[in-house]
Amino acid sequence: MKIHDQPLIFEISKQGRIGYSLPELDVPETDVSDLLPDAFIRDEEPELPEVSELQIVRHYTALSRRNHGVDSGFYPLGSCTMKYNPKINEDVARYPGFAHLHPYQEEATIQGALELMFKLQQSLEEITGMDQVTLQPAAGAHGEWTGLMLIRAFHEANGDHHRTKVIVPDSAHGTNPASATVAGFEAVTVRSNEKGLVDLDHLREVVGGDTAALMLTNPNTLGLFEEQIVEMANIVHEAGGKLYYDGANSNAILGITRPGDMGFDVVHLNLHKTFTTPHGGGGPGSGPVGVKKDLIPYLPKPVVVKDGDAYRFDYDIPESIGRVKPYYGNFGINVRAYTYIRTMGPAGLKKVSEYAVLNANYMFRRLAPYYDAPYMRHCKHEFVLSGKRQKKLGVRTLDIAKRLLDFGYHPPTIYFPLNVEECLMIEPTETESKETLDEFIEAMIQIAKEAEENPEIVQEAPHQTVIDRLDETTAARKPILRYSKEVQ
Amino acid sequence: MKFRYLPMTEQDREEMLKVIGVEKMDDLFADIPEKIRFKGELKLEEALDETSLVKEMSRLANKNIHIKEYPSFLGAGVYEHYIPSVVNHMLLRSEFYTAYTPYQPEISQGELQAIFEFQTMVCELTGMDIANSSMYDGPTALAEAAMMSAGHTKKKTILVSKTVHPEAREVLKTSAKGQNLTVVEVDEQNGVTDLEQLSTLYNDDVASVIVQYPNFFGNIEDLAAVEKIVHQGKALFIVSANPLSLGILQPPGRFGADVVVGDIQPFGIPTQLGGPHCGYFAVTKKLMRKVPGRLVGQTTDDKGKRGFVLTLQAREQHIRREKATSNICSNQALNALAASIALSALGKRGVKEIALQNIRKAHYAKEQLRKHNIEIVYDSPQFNEFVIRLPKAVRDVNKELLTHNIIGGYDLSRYYPEKEQLMLVAVTELRSKEEIDQFAAVLGGVK
Repeated sequence: MKIHDQPLIFEISKQGRIGYSLPELDVPETDVSDLLPDAFIRDEEPELPEVSELQIVRHYTALSRRNHGVDSGFYPLGSCTMKYNPKINEDVARYPGFAHLHPYQEEATIQGALELMFKLQQSLEEITGMDQVTLQPAAGAHGEWTGLMLIRAFHEANGDHHRTKVIVPDSAHGTNPASATVAGFEAVTVRSNEKGLVDLDHLREVVGGDTAALMLTNPNTLGLFEEQIVEMANIVHEAGGKLYYDGANSNAILGITRPGDMGFDVVHLNLHKTFTTPHGGGGPGSGPVGVKKDLIPYLPKPVVVKDGDAYRFDYDIPESIGRVKPYYGNFGINVRAYTYIRTMGPAGLKKVSEYAVLNANYMFRRLAPYYDAPYMRHCKHEFVLSGKRQKKLGVRTLDIAKRLLDFGYHPPTIYFPLNVEECLMIEPTETESKETLDEFIEAMIQIAKEAEENPEIVQEAPHQTVIDRLDETTAARKPILRYSKEVQ
Repeated sequence: MKFRYLPMTEQDREEMLKVIGVEKMDDLFADIPEKIRFKGELKLEEALDETSLVKEMSRLANKNIHIKEYPSFLGAGVYEHYIPSVVNHMLLRSEFYTAYTPYQPEISQGELQAIFEFQTMVCELTGMDIANSSMYDGPTALAEAAMMSAGHTKKKTILVSKTVHPEAREVLKTSAKGQNLTVVEVDEQNGVTDLEQLSTLYNDDVASVIVQYPNFFGNIEDLAAVEKIVHQGKALFIVSANPLSLGILQPPGRFGADVVVGDIQPFGIPTQLGGPHCGYFAVTKKLMRKVPGRLVGQTTDDKGKRGFVLTLQAREQHIRREKATSNICSNQALNALAASIALSALGKRGVKEIALQNIRKAHYAKEQLRKHNIEIVYDSPQFNEFVIRLPKAVRDVNKELLTHNIIGGYDLSRYYPEKEQLMLVAVTELRSKEEIDQFAAVLGGVK
């Protein structure tokens, strides 16, 4: 007998229960066999649950209590920018005038939506220093791919068909090389130097006539600002390549420096990181892309333009790469991001980045004595520690992460970037109070001490969660990917 | 100015700067070269207090006419349906919406279990073995299915029917360009895929054949006949299906589909000007390790307790990097949750009842329109959408409908220039008899 302390919705189902209320049919109840040939009529009903409304509420409330969000507690997950998701944003996105618009309504009936999109485009152009923004991409990865397709279209229009390579630093997130491949490029790795920054000499070696672009996150995934960005831009531009800015870490730079001014040609932003739209347990996000002038002709269709006092979609982009997403992007998410930008204004956004950086440096400084700090200098919005010292005591970074669960924290990002041994990547964000940071620091110090004095407590963690460490190997070897009565 | 999302006090700031060992905030940015430091203030509108913010956002929202104000006959891939109140209430449990992807299973069991349940529901609806945790939307799911078919079969041609959603075909073409695949479109014959042409175009280089069920014109494609052609060789049979229609229609899995994709938006997700919606992606067992995106699997902890984890991650971009066949990371988890809650509320009985109401109301609408001498263009079996012929351009008719506070159907000439004066009409369970009658009467009066 297996222990199931949280039943599946299917396991509480009972024939005859319902959780909905539909109006009585007010048109004739035509026999289905008069409307459809037999071959098309479903002969076996889908096994969906039959539950009452209160059962649904209890079920999903119980599930929510087995989940940790930013509202539950500190979430210093590096590179993910788990900041507070403002409640007003949720309200606004649910206004009927935003939530219940159909994408094929006449433009005259959605002028408010178009105005919002136009103003959001403009705001993001100003923030990134780019000439034109498209709101179409659905997420960061989708933005990366869109941006690379734009670069590809640009090179092809110039007859540069031999530009097949995209250069990616070894510290880059896996999505960068994956996006390059999916856009039809070959990914080439450039090394980092001992300071954690791109090795310029190596960059000069790998850049050439076959370079389509360099993809870069700045600050990089170690939380360090690539100080030689201007030189890097020159190297790539002189070789005829383009610079792609992965905006995953833009929470560090609002109003402080702009990718457009650093020399980047294409930028994507993760509105679900920097601009407070919720991560949703893995989406929906939004990944707008901004470009410099010479890439505007290739933008995906449509963009929102203003004619006099009216707004409209412009589909007349003859050299466009085409469509990357149906309709106009994740509008509901874009509404939230715009609400946030209007909440903060220019001075507020700059403060966001200042405090994000202050918080990270404060934690870095206080934790550095207890863990290894491979790159000890001022960081930006996040920093990395290494659990090398603890590993020698038999405590791995994974154990440290699991032990943090007992303190009620979501652990930092671990084992990434790949170029740091036993890596812990910590991003506090600007919305946390000093008290929260101090408490987390104390927990981390305690764990470092436990690793020396009582390693078992760390190795066997977590002790306080609803479930212990799970058998991931069996999950992958003998996958059970859906409920069925027989398996349970 | 003070900001409610920024908790640090001046005293905190001074203490922290001291610990760091710098004098002022600016010292933390000394590594950014002067040349690229942004001078002055961003040219953005000034911050708004909460009351003014509500006023401004309401102003923008109120400039729009929404489909809860005026009855709408728009569909074409995006549908307004009944959403039980319980859906929004559960979605607002912030443990769900403020969480990241469930990489730490011990504190993410809620999300993981909800996705496992979602995967099961998609399998049940589509008649497939395996479903992933979601994709961005129906059209990008369709494009990913095509990319997967090329990777799986090592073939380079995708055959797609012109009766597939035009925007999905556009997304497909953009994606195909990235992978250097050829997309060949199969003509339609009387509103359904031209099977003869499909047979002629089918050859050894075809990776997959894609049709939509019901198709973009609302007609139900003969999946059994398409399947015979597709499975002559190694190509995969990809069906894009409206999941609500599967409450009454035989699921694609029963017709031998290898991949079923679509948008789960009809269940619990508002139209929101077209996004975010939520793609679903379902396959047969043999394609399990080719599926893009995240999968949740069941396992146990060391005490034998059932739990759920993200699994088969070796397929994914963060492990495979440049060898990955898809770059998708975030999907639409929260919308998958919305769909799961809606599907739980509707349940076995409700899904069927809604599907029946849709087909019956659409049928009633066709009868009323015929009474007003409006031609129903295709005679194929249909679900909740159909095409009508109007005496003048659809956009002009829609303007006239708007003066009667009705949002008319989709103008097919937008993507099919030859379909001048043809309107695609969607009738869901939300349209009352009275609204349908009025719609038919107004159209009957159009000169």
